[in-house]
Amino acid sequence: MSIELRNVSKTFGDVNAVNNVSFSVQDGELMALLGPSGGGKTTVLRMIAGLEMPTSGDVLIRGRRVNDVPVQQRNIGFVFQNYALFKSMTVARNIAFGLKIKKWKKRDIESRVAELLQLFGLEGLDRRYPHQLSGGQRQRVAIARAMAPGPSVLLLDEPFGAVDAKIRQELREWLVTLHHDLNVTTIFVTHDQEEALEVANRIVIFSRGLLEQVGAPREVYEQPANEFVARFIGVMNVLEPVVEGGVARIGELEFPAHGQGDGQKLRIGFRPYAVQISSDLTHYRYHAVLRHTFFLGVLLRVELELPSGLIIRARMTKEEYSNQGLYDDCEVSFQIRQFRLLATDQAPLQPEEDLKYQVPPVIGDNI
Amino acid sequence: MSRTKFNVLPGFGITFGFTLFYLSAIVLIPFAGLVLRSFELTWSDFWALATSERAVASYRLTFGASLAAALMNAVFGTLLAWVLVRYQFPGRRFIDAMVDFPFALPTAVAGLTLSSLFAGNGWLGQFLVPLGIEGAFTPLGVVIALTFVGLPFVVRTLQPVLQNLDREVEEAAATLGAGRWRTFVAVVAPTLLPSVLTGFALAFARAIGEYGSIVFISGNVPFKTEITPYLIVMRLEEYDYAGAIALAVVLMVFSFSLIGAINVLEQWTSRFER
Repeated sequence: MSIELRNVSKTFGDVNAVNNVSFSVQDGELMALLGPSGGGKTTVLRMIAGLEMPTSGDVLIRGRRVNDVPVQQRNIGFVFQNYALFKSMTVARNIAFGLKIKKWKKRDIESRVAELLQLFGLEGLDRRYPHQLSGGQRQRVAIARAMAPGPSVLLLDEPFGAVDAKIRQELREWLVTLHHDLNVTTIFVTHDQEEALEVANRIVIFSRGLLEQVGAPREVYEQPANEFVARFIGVMNVLEPVVEGGVARIGELEFPAHGQGDGQKLRIGFRPYAVQISSDLTHYRYHAVLRHTFFLGVLLRVELELPSGLIIRARMTKEEYSNQGLYDDCEVSFQIRQFRLLATDQAPLQPEEDLKYQVPPVIGDNI
Repeated sequence: MSRTKFNVLPGFGITFGFTLFYLSAIVLIPFAGLVLRSFELTWSDFWALATSERAVASYRLTFGASLAAALMNAVFGTLLAWVLVRYQFPGRRFIDAMVDFPFALPTAVAGLTLSSLFAGNGWLGQFLVPLGIEGAFTPLGVVIALTFVGLPFVVRTLQPVLQNLDREVEEAAATLGAGRWRTFVAVVAPTLLPSVLTGFALAFARAIGEYGSIVFISGNVPFKTEITPYLIVMRLEEYDYAGAIALAVVLMVFSFSLIGAINVLEQWTSRFER
């Protein structure tokens, strides 16, 4: 086990930034700390690095309690959100900094720097100053600098926050490749759930200082531990029907009452892919107008407006869309194939359930 | 076809013209006048006047004391700026305001105050003089007065730079294993150096031209505690305009080359900036 947090809390004045958090990271993992901003994830990262001291609880690296080990001796590599490069030093001297501190021999430093410049695609930039580099290059220098002394853990704070969308995608893939090649335990902080799902092999989800769930991307997506995770990971339609006469209703839609009495409010969630649409108005139970179509590449997201004004988001493939002959403002019928009871006034999150009646197979299932 | 380049910000012509005019009227014309007047002297006359024993002694004091004072300010002004920016403590704002005091105080008042403080019967002098530290009517007194008037320059030049220092850069050095001292020397100091040099140059230039506070504290003993600006005034009072101009030209050339040299150094130390 590479890193372990045991009941770690951190307060700043009156603010509980991190509240009784425990989780562990295995050797060689690529882990994401995910959550909305202010969730405490950066504080957790800084406590692992030794840049913050936990108010209570223990941080362990390779089985050794490191609470009292200063940051200089923790053998971690840290990449700051804004890279924090040494602006008075060239790229080569930035990368060599940690090696000089460790009193490496001059020749060893030179060959290590050359090796890293090559590995990180920075050849020929060794004599540039940070201000002469692009955002992507600066970030690679920051990672190379952190990796140079061979740390046992690489920590990255919002590594893709400060670059534009195109480079971001490249950097994500590059980070996965790099992690695969170097096989160093890596933890990164992000507020972007897509990024976490795509890059990490395990995700820790925080909100307001609390750990909500730890799991593989598929796990947190398919079996969210609570309503927060269910709503934070992926897109979800959330409705609040009220029980009337044994059925929970909102607008035209009806859901099982889940044993709740009349007048009680439920919270129902369903993913866009669980909404099935047909241009044949007799095919499904509910009717709606297709208001907007968003092209997301192979997939499309559409917005359905029910006669009552309720808006529902659905997802389908491009093929499905054209096979059905759909267009903006056309009338469709639809059904909700799968949904989840997020919460009632008394009960918490419930597992996902299927509608009881027969569902015809549809292309683009489970996307 | 118009030959003037299009510029989103209008008024370059008029503002540039005014800048040139203003600079000429205030700075260049008086300088040129000074240099022209010195041409009325023959070269050997000029050389004799400019290198008389008394003049050379005054240069030595003026530039030596100014250098010493500017160096003191560079070191302790940096420390003061660091403390004022980096730490929160009661009375910080008051101390911050006090830094401007030497700017605001008439220099003659400063000179009077300092000389009465350091005189043998003064508040500080009564303790220091028996120890052999004579602050009034000695070269040391000149250094003290020049340090006083030059202090704000280093502090005020450095404060904004310190405020903009990225704390994460220091944390980055720490994660790479560097201790506090190593971080300061290798990472922080190089980014501060250009501003320290600017502050140093300003304090130095100010010290060379200082007159009001020195005449009170130095005692103006020829060959010992007489500064060049005072000697110039002496020459003028004797209606020896040629002698005054010769001294003034030396002072000017010296100051120009020093400031120029410091600027070059500053350029070099800030080579990593845009």
